[in-house]
Amino acid sequence: MDGVESQIAEWRTYVAKAPAVNGRDVDELEAHLRDQIAELDAGGLAADEAFLVAVKRMGALDSLSREFAREHSGRLWKQLVLGAEDEPARSSSGWIEALVFALAAAVAIQVARLAAQFPDEEPKWLLRNISLFVLPFLAGYFAHRRQLDTRRWVLTVTPFVFVAVVANLYPYDADSDTELLVALHLPVVLWFAVAYPYMRGTIRSHERRMDFVRFTGEWVIYYALIALGGGVLLGLTALILEPIGPDLAERVVEWVLPSGAAGAVIVAAWLVESKQHVVENMAPVLTMLFTPLFAVMLTVAAATYAVFGVFGAFDRELLGVFDALLVVVLGLVLYAMSAREPSRPAGLMDRVELVAVASALVLDVMVLGAMVARIGDLGFTPNRAATLGLNLVLLVNLAGTAWLSVRFLTGRITFHRLERWQTSYLPIFALWAATVIVVLPPTFAFA
Amino acid sequence: MHIDKDLVAASATPLVLAILAEGESYGYALLKRVRELSGGELEWTDGMLYPLLQRLGRLGYVTTEWRTSPEGRRRRYCAITDDGRAALAAQQRQWVAVTHALGGVWRSSAWLPTALGEA
Repeated sequence: MDGVESQIAEWRTYVAKAPAVNGRDVDELEAHLRDQIAELDAGGLAADEAFLVAVKRMGALDSLSREFAREHSGRLWKQLVLGAEDEPARSSSGWIEALVFALAAAVAIQVARLAAQFPDEEPKWLLRNISLFVLPFLAGYFAHRRQLDTRRWVLTVTPFVFVAVVANLYPYDADSDTELLVALHLPVVLWFAVAYPYMRGTIRSHERRMDFVRFTGEWVIYYALIALGGGVLLGLTALILEPIGPDLAERVVEWVLPSGAAGAVIVAAWLVESKQHVVENMAPVLTMLFTPLFAVMLTVAAATYAVFGVFGAFDRELLGVFDALLVVVLGLVLYAMSAREPSRPAGLMDRVELVAVASALVLDVMVLGAMVARIGDLGFTPNRAATLGLNLVLLVNLAGTAWLSVRFLTGRITFHRLERWQTSYLPIFALWAATVIVVLPPTFAFA
Repeated sequence: MHIDKDLVAASATPLVLAILAEGESYGYALLKRVRELSGGELEWTDGMLYPLLQRLGRLGYVTTEWRTSPEGRRRRYCAITDDGRAALAAQQRQWVAVTHALGGVWRSSAWLPTALGEA
């Protein structure tokens, strides 16, 4: 049997090298292989023959690895790296494609800037439409990369056209609050519109939705890194050019900054697609680092508010701050969720996360109560309606998350249900942002 | 007889769940049972069973537990859950509907029995 033992060991190392097969999987496959060999042995086959038959029955390693990749958190990139069956293999990693779309976005934003004569003038339409000069190129990049058919191309373009028409046909007042709200919510709606080509039109698939959540989180990390590097580069350039003429440095920044920021949107997306394994290791670390810190901060804040009361510190801006806080907590939850191995049982991190979510909820309910009382006195304004609505949307999401987390931690449901809750909830965020753009301005007479 | 790959894939989940409904089992034993039940007609690529079991675990249809067998092999034992039974019942209804429809059309079409007879 010694010969077979070394053959099995060799096979084991070979299988373990497959990108998506982890140690446990190899253990399990090896146990299977040994069972099969033992049975064939008992049937009268020579040991090395039995080994060959058993390995053959196990199946081709690359298709096996692809199946495991689909299962281990269903990451799209692993399937892309391995070359999914229904997809033609790519010769290059697609950087030329990314570069073309990035350049297009960079040129578009520059054209818009020159037309608006920014920064000498600051017309409102530029601020309102800024995401419309960038995100269509991101959608186009994905539509092209995923090789969408004509019907799906049309469906990709439709929301962009619709939103662009609505946002620009409304007759906003001078210094309109609703216009500012539209400017803030437009990128959110368009980001969800990018989801359609990203998911190759399969927007009903919860697994693909989770992929998009993952993509969003990893895109943010890459964009932040590019922004940091770009900031250093621009700062140094400005300092070097300073002696030649202060105007020159300013001109360079004026030209490079908008184009760089726009192009980086697509470059970051390309990096997520092709260099994903780099961030994939980063997301869990960031979550591990910040979830406990946020949990501590939020519990302390909730305790302080409970003792001293909300009313002393309450002002108009506070609900906006809490909206931001809930967005960050939700971001952490989603990050943790996307980085988590779904089959792992409940652990300490899940508990810490629940503490963070629960404290954020308690805080928010206190502030919300105060806010509702105030609105009763002061009446609705566009800003109050928007912040209150967002707050409610987030509150319901996090309350659901907390409830399901408790059930998960007590072992009554699987983690899968928690994921489902988040992926089912995504359209509600898109709908709310769309409501702010489409319904809110006419409701408040474009004030 | 060669059974089409898509058909094998489609029947895998109900088959595994149904076998687990008979009692707890692990990978290799499951595969043996599949061969036995199909009289060797249903040829699975052995390795593919494991990602499938993991998927069922993630969906909460089965619970899994690592134990060491009497022969000293580390095995992941699977048992069906209530959710798994519900999923199995749903799958059963679908398959009954499909086989019912096929049976109906095969009885009513005149050409088929001859074709089968010649084969």
